[in-house]
Amino acid sequence: MLWKTTDYAGWGRALTATGEIARPERQRALEAVLKEGMAPAIGMRRSYGDAALNDGGRVIDMTRLDRMLDFDPATGILEVEAGARVGEIAAAFGPKGWLPAVMPGTGFATVGGCIGQDVHGKNHHHAGSFAQHVTSLTLMTANGPVEVTPEGTPALFRATAGGVGQTGIITKAKMRLTPCKGDVMVVTERRVTDWDDHIAHLDASTATYTVGWIDATATGAALGRGILEEGETGSGLMAKKVKFRKVPRDAPNFALSAPVVRLFNHAYYRRVPSSGRTVVRRIGDFFFPLDKIHDWNRLYGKRGFHQFQCVVPLDAVDALRDMLETIASSGLASPLAVLKRMGPGRAGYLSFPMEGYTLAVDFPNRAEARELIRRLEDSAADAGGRLYFAKDSLAQGQKIRAMYPDLPDWQEEVAKADPTGALMTDLVRRLSLRSAA
Amino acid sequence: MNSTWIILGATSSMARAFARAVSAEGSAVLLGGRDSEDLAALASDCKLRGARVAEAVAFDARNPKTFAKIIARAEEEEGEINAAVFVGSMPEQAEIDADPSLIAGVVMDSHTGPATFLQMLAPVIEARGGGTVIGVASVAGDRGRIGNYVYGSAKAGFATYLSGLRNRLTRAGGHVVTVKPGFVDTAMTWGLPGLFLVASPEAVAGDLLKAAKKKRNTIYTPFFWRYIMLIIRHIPEPIFKKMKI
Repeated sequence: MLWKTTDYAGWGRALTATGEIARPERQRALEAVLKEGMAPAIGMRRSYGDAALNDGGRVIDMTRLDRMLDFDPATGILEVEAGARVGEIAAAFGPKGWLPAVMPGTGFATVGGCIGQDVHGKNHHHAGSFAQHVTSLTLMTANGPVEVTPEGTPALFRATAGGVGQTGIITKAKMRLTPCKGDVMVVTERRVTDWDDHIAHLDASTATYTVGWIDATATGAALGRGILEEGETGSGLMAKKVKFRKVPRDAPNFALSAPVVRLFNHAYYRRVPSSGRTVVRRIGDFFFPLDKIHDWNRLYGKRGFHQFQCVVPLDAVDALRDMLETIASSGLASPLAVLKRMGPGRAGYLSFPMEGYTLAVDFPNRAEARELIRRLEDSAADAGGRLYFAKDSLAQGQKIRAMYPDLPDWQEEVAKADPTGALMTDLVRRLSLRSAA
Repeated sequence: MNSTWIILGATSSMARAFARAVSAEGSAVLLGGRDSEDLAALASDCKLRGARVAEAVAFDARNPKTFAKIIARAEEEEGEINAAVFVGSMPEQAEIDADPSLIAGVVMDSHTGPATFLQMLAPVIEARGGGTVIGVASVAGDRGRIGNYVYGSAKAGFATYLSGLRNRLTRAGGHVVTVKPGFVDTAMTWGLPGLFLVASPEAVAGDLLKAAKKKRNTIYTPFFWRYIMLIIRHIPEPIFKKMKI
């Protein structure tokens, strides 16, 4: 059958949709689906909120159009179908000395999704965002297929990169891989004792890949403590194989209650000796640490969870500290919290990155947490920062507009590419991204 | 690995997952099917995942003239020549009821076509003193049911053929694995009502590869279908004939 009617959810599982999904396995099957009209494309649904949802409508699941089509070792340019997963590309090319130039925190993300959210990775301060390494993409629009490039069709490219799928269906993309030494990572981990220490280390880091795990439950003098991870690719070393695990069912609500999280974070912090350490990891274990726990989103139980992620400009670092203080004193945070310094690199009108600091924290889907996230959104807005469409599931339209000053340019291109609004998703409707003012 | 896999019906998702798995081990893969554009994409994919050789070859189960060329191409490769056969077709039983002449096509796709191909390949495996055939039959072939007995009977015929071929090739160092998949998450089952415990094509491909390495004779995948079918096969016919499962 072409269409399957089903319930589906974003990664956070707090937002859900019911509708028809087609999942073509060949380009020819995709063409047959599109004969019935355009619909938004979705991938592995790793966006936390509703970016991949279209409640009551149709979506096209692109995950079976996932082949690597061509690679030119002279330029490092790889052509793939949009459903190809970043982790599989890394696994196939790492041993040959190449990696995707930018990799998000999960290897399950598809290339099409990475472009649609213009994702970033642990090397954003050097390498910029994902779509900055895309040299060309094929976009299926209501008017047929279009070849989109940063030089040839700059406006359409900028509306597509980070454009949450509103310009068309990305079917193929050419992306530049980056040379790497080998298929392991040499990772230096050290404790950072408080906020200032954390920021100072992030500022001073010269490593290719840098990220800070933050203990979002630590308060007082320990506020902002965490572990700074710096990584470089390496070769000739053997990394320990980490076993894949699966979360078989929804965890009970107390699994991530405040005392459990505090205890876990305490142990996690002390896991790294106070003098720091250097370890060898497999590429996947460094870049996609949670991928080895399949369906880890079930740990939050049936009600699901929200992730709050914002970026604030460099000079608003104190505002970010205040936000962390609010989070830490609320006792609502989960073990998953990340602090990172971003560079200025972004490829699209609605791309998330800006030069500054980004903080990401998970919260269980409870009323107090939703209330807290709303306050955090206001703080981010006041600090001149912005929210991330890949993570957001709670914001309202007005708040978002000021955060994305290029929104009118994006709307202009989107209106041309999808005049009937056939590609609208729940996210676009919730944030009124496509309506004037 | 110095082996070559001929993969027939390579546009199916199970075959795709299997082709990728053997490609990662460095095998040569010859990908047979009718949609040459799609096969070319898969061939590129297999090559980039580590296949020593990856080529699309024209294969049509209903046209035996396409067979010899594929076997000749495989013979150009050194080492063991293996084949994995994923072909088959399952029109709705209601369509067949309306047009019984469709049966000939189902039988050709699911039984006589692949059997003819394997019959032509058998001497090559014997001459090389080794090689594995993986034949995908179906749990539907274990007992005729009202919902898909034409498809089921073709797959049952193919399974019996595979058992005979195993008997023959074993003498020459070859091996045949008969595979009976349950519900697999493919384009064929997408959106069908009443499916349960649906396996991913990747999981099935992993089972196939393991079975080939361990020289298993008949496998059900996922494994528990062996027990489900054990029960279904043992329902007494006077009761079974009145059931609709």
